[in-house]
Amino acid sequence: MSKKSNSDLLGLYRTMRRVRTFEERVGELFVRGQTAGSMLHLSIGEESAAVGITAAMKPQDTFTTHHRGHGIFLARGADPNRMMAEIGGKEAGYCHGKGGSMHIADMSLGHLGANAIVGGGIPAVVGAGLSARHKRNNAVSVAFFGDGATGQGVLYESMNMAALWGLPVVFACINNQYGMGTRIDQATANTNLHERAIAFGLNGESVDGLDVEEVAEAARRVVDGARAGKPGFLAVSCYRFYGHARKDKSPYRDAGEEETGRQRDPVAFTRARLIERGLTPEADLDTLDAEIGAEMDATIDFTIAQKEPPLASMFRDVFDPEEPEPEPVRTRLNRVLATE
Amino acid sequence: MPELTYRDALRKALADSMAENPDIILIGEEVGRYGGAYGVTKDLIKEFGPERVIDTPISEPSIVGAAVGAAMTGLRPVAELMYVDFLGMTMDQLANQAAKIRYMFGGQIGVPMVLRTQGGTGRSAGAQHSQSLEAYVMHTPGLRLAMPATVADAYHLLRQALTSPDPVVFIEHKALYTMKEDVDLDAPVPPWGKAAVRRHGKDLVIVTYSRQLHYVMEAAKTLAAKGIEATVIDLRTLNPLDFDTIREHVERVGRAMVVSEGAMTAGVAAELAARISEECFDFLEEPVIRVAGEDIPISVSTGLETGSVPGPQLIAETAGRMLA
Repeated sequence: MSKKSNSDLLGLYRTMRRVRTFEERVGELFVRGQTAGSMLHLSIGEESAAVGITAAMKPQDTFTTHHRGHGIFLARGADPNRMMAEIGGKEAGYCHGKGGSMHIADMSLGHLGANAIVGGGIPAVVGAGLSARHKRNNAVSVAFFGDGATGQGVLYESMNMAALWGLPVVFACINNQYGMGTRIDQATANTNLHERAIAFGLNGESVDGLDVEEVAEAARRVVDGARAGKPGFLAVSCYRFYGHARKDKSPYRDAGEEETGRQRDPVAFTRARLIERGLTPEADLDTLDAEIGAEMDATIDFTIAQKEPPLASMFRDVFDPEEPEPEPVRTRLNRVLATE
Repeated sequence: MPELTYRDALRKALADSMAENPDIILIGEEVGRYGGAYGVTKDLIKEFGPERVIDTPISEPSIVGAAVGAAMTGLRPVAELMYVDFLGMTMDQLANQAAKIRYMFGGQIGVPMVLRTQGGTGRSAGAQHSQSLEAYVMHTPGLRLAMPATVADAYHLLRQALTSPDPVVFIEHKALYTMKEDVDLDAPVPPWGKAAVRRHGKDLVIVTYSRQLHYVMEAAKTLAAKGIEATVIDLRTLNPLDFDTIREHVERVGRAMVVSEGAMTAGVAAELAARISEECFDFLEEPVIRVAGEDIPISVSTGLETGSVPGPQLIAETAGRMLA
């Protein structure tokens, strides 16, 4: 791993720090009452998975994410202002305030959508793999999901199809040890998740998410393998630092466990490594962190300053824009109850 | 004019559209080598190859989910669900994904896919292979829904569905596959979303779709012999719903019946009856009457099966009582 250059590791660190800080600002926006709802799932503690795997992807690649997908999208190159505005339910957001944290998407970055159904975004990558094969565009499609989704049948259907057809598809499992309040060993008989993929005929690997360089290396093997026609599965083991969603204080796990879990901090680990290897002076990292802090502070101000979507936009985009919009209930009532 | 079956017409629609548009793929159980459980896709794999006619494992959620992903990345997939009864297996991918993606993502992208399936009674296929579940689809914003009753519509509606920018659920009727008609496929076609008035009469409007159209037409003949003239509207698509045609005729005639094979309660007929009552109340001489499937599962016994859905006799009898 020491062959990694300064700029590589610093780049990975920078993106992880941006993800961490963005997520912290989401928490802040929530506390300030400026988010649309509380269904906000932070990926703090899981940054290496988002950053290491997206680093192995190419511009033409596509992906879907689970509900805890802010970090993946940001690492892929999303504009944090538009992301935060979407989380705030504002018109300037990626989906004009209709999607929010759990349904954010951006076709220009190949983001086929975050999903609020556990495992719901997985089969779409099989279809994207068929498109890539049909159009011969050398694109890989990556499904990101959590360990909770390994309980969903659709994952196994999709892994089977991908292996059967040799599609350029990767199943990326971010194993943060919890499906909501249920620890993985309370829901999963064999927690060596990659073994399942191997049984289906995929390249299957598990990697420790503490070390982003290891994640990036493993991701490169799996993504390159998929591009060459053998779909893959990568499980990244990490720890969900905070509750399931913003209102969850994790009463189902004890403080000792959280304490230990939070020591497995991929951002702090990478920062220490940069210093230890003499790659980046600590003072430079302090400066970088401060710059990122300011960048992400600005997303809050940006979001608060944005407009709510206009009420009439409610009827837009149910169908293609050239089709008539659904008739609003009030319009219909006025028509039906009009006196002659 | 060539004589075609409903099945031939569907197959021809797929073949013609696939020849025109290289991005159309078929994906589903037994669609390739077997040729489709009801033979609709017979030999298309020979014509278009296994990359465009894709046999799948028995994995309905991922069949529909793969179609969603393919549609979002530039293909125009036709997923086949062997029986509409399997809709429950796929409902997440259909209702939570396909139907909502354009909206949730703020109009960034549509999901131009067709989900072909078939439903209804008529083959003693039992409770899990004979249902009429169109209400599930019609109740889900974001989905289009076509249900052809005639051979010509089997062709034209499927051709039109394959140009829709939005997901279309296309429900064929299993009892119609062998029905034959002389069809001039070059004759002018009603636009997508337009109902067809199959018969004109001054006494009663009967609104229906799919196989029940044929029962209604048979009933209308019986009624005509007794001096009762019915207007018969075949909806062709339930979404878009051509309510303007319904309104025009109900306001002219003043009596309306809705006939559907689906279970009565909270079904398509209930929705149509409610709308007619709400919008045409001042013109109605009688309550809108629903004739629909019984609120029971479908049996394999031919007698029980036939008895659980409307037939020509019940339709004619009911119309007679409305006019008595």
